[in-house]
Amino acid sequence: MSYFAGIAAVYWKDVLLEFRTRQSLSTMFTFCLTIVIIFNFVFEPGSPAVLEVSPGVLWAAFTFSGLLGISRSFSFEIDRGGLQGLLLCPVERSTIYFGKVLGNATFMLLIEAVTFPIFVVFYNLPPNMNLLGLVLVFVLGTLGFVAVGTLLSAISANTKAREVLLPVLLFPVAVPVLVATVKSTGPLLRGEDLAQVASWVKLLLAFDLLFLAASSLTFEFIVEE
Amino acid sequence: MIQAKGLTKIYGTRYALRGVDLEAEAGEILGVFGPNGAGKSTLVRILAGQAKPSSGSVTLCGHPLATEAAQARACTGVVGHLTYLYDDLTAVENLRFFARMFGLHLKEPELLERLSRVGLRGREHEPVRHFSRGMQQRLALARATLHNPRVLILDEPYTGLDRQASLFLDNLVRDFAREGGTVLLVTHDVDHGLNIATRVLLLVSGRVVDQGPADAFSAQTIVTAYETGRKVPQA
Repeated sequence: MSYFAGIAAVYWKDVLLEFRTRQSLSTMFTFCLTIVIIFNFVFEPGSPAVLEVSPGVLWAAFTFSGLLGISRSFSFEIDRGGLQGLLLCPVERSTIYFGKVLGNATFMLLIEAVTFPIFVVFYNLPPNMNLLGLVLVFVLGTLGFVAVGTLLSAISANTKAREVLLPVLLFPVAVPVLVATVKSTGPLLRGEDLAQVASWVKLLLAFDLLFLAASSLTFEFIVEE
Repeated sequence: MIQAKGLTKIYGTRYALRGVDLEAEAGEILGVFGPNGAGKSTLVRILAGQAKPSSGSVTLCGHPLATEAAQARACTGVVGHLTYLYDDLTAVENLRFFARMFGLHLKEPELLERLSRVGLRGREHEPVRHFSRGMQQRLALARATLHNPRVLILDEPYTGLDRQASLFLDNLVRDFAREGGTVLLVTHDVDHGLNIATRVLLLVSGRVVDQGPADAFSAQTIVTAYETGRKVPQA
């Protein structure tokens, strides 16, 4: 079978399961919205300070809520033996990894797409933001976070303290991605050109590729005994 | 069809398998018996490609698992302790997913026909979580045989099955072997296993202590071998 058909099958299954149960999306959205609302009470909407802290608040909300979805992506497979079933299939192990990455990225981007307009209204952000640039940074930032998060989720899912272990492992490793996303989100929210943050975006792209390549190569050794 | 040579699996300092050799030809039903902790499940996991041996090799349908894993897995169906099904997907959605993972593009009528074979026609659009254990096991069999494998590995398939479902499984296994397939059956139920197996392999403490035609064994000799850890001379 083709490599991409395997990825598509895993992705289709994860999306179908999520839309049937809505267990990850509902939790992620509630958590993300809660963070946005809490910080809204700290800062005066429309003040200069808001523009300064917005990227940090936004990515704190995105990554912490994303963590909830990522941690579930392998725990539910392991609890019900699904991962062992996937290992019986005649596909490269990395197809399972990429299918999971795509699923996790889709769920996180969905939450971002719903939360961002609410964030803009709550924080009274100026309308002249660079929306296309922001979309690019959101996609690249999410992909990098999910690439390493999915691998670490597979590692931590086999442990007793998986809920604790995943954030402890993930956030230090994802620091380069988080720094690059926050640094590029700020100017784009102020409406600056993408060229102003080109170096951060290139760094983000490089880390995405690095994390995806390294994770897909090591995934096989993590899921097989 | 199934060939394993010198299979050893070590977890830390504990040996789960110690140099296991086995061979099963087309048309054979190889019953693997052993007490708890004998290494049966480890053996199944290695043969199914879910775990790698510390040393030794496995060949399925002529494909070495170490170097031609995809081809070896493509000719093998596995039913284990767990059904490997997704509770929130319907029966037909589960089959469709595994068909895709095996590179098959089965249309709805073909999937329904597979469900008919295991007596689940009419329940195709129900989530698996509504199924009884026996129905889930039937669906697991449909999943394991979707790609028409030549090797079937069954690990404690009778767990939780009522008499009717057990008979159904027995018939399916016998038909599979009669049509030239190879079956490796791991079970605690010695009487039931001896009734269906054509050859027997006894595993105690990770070692093969005896093997031969099923009619050369009785439930008593097998239980005695469990206790002594040695081959029991036939009367």
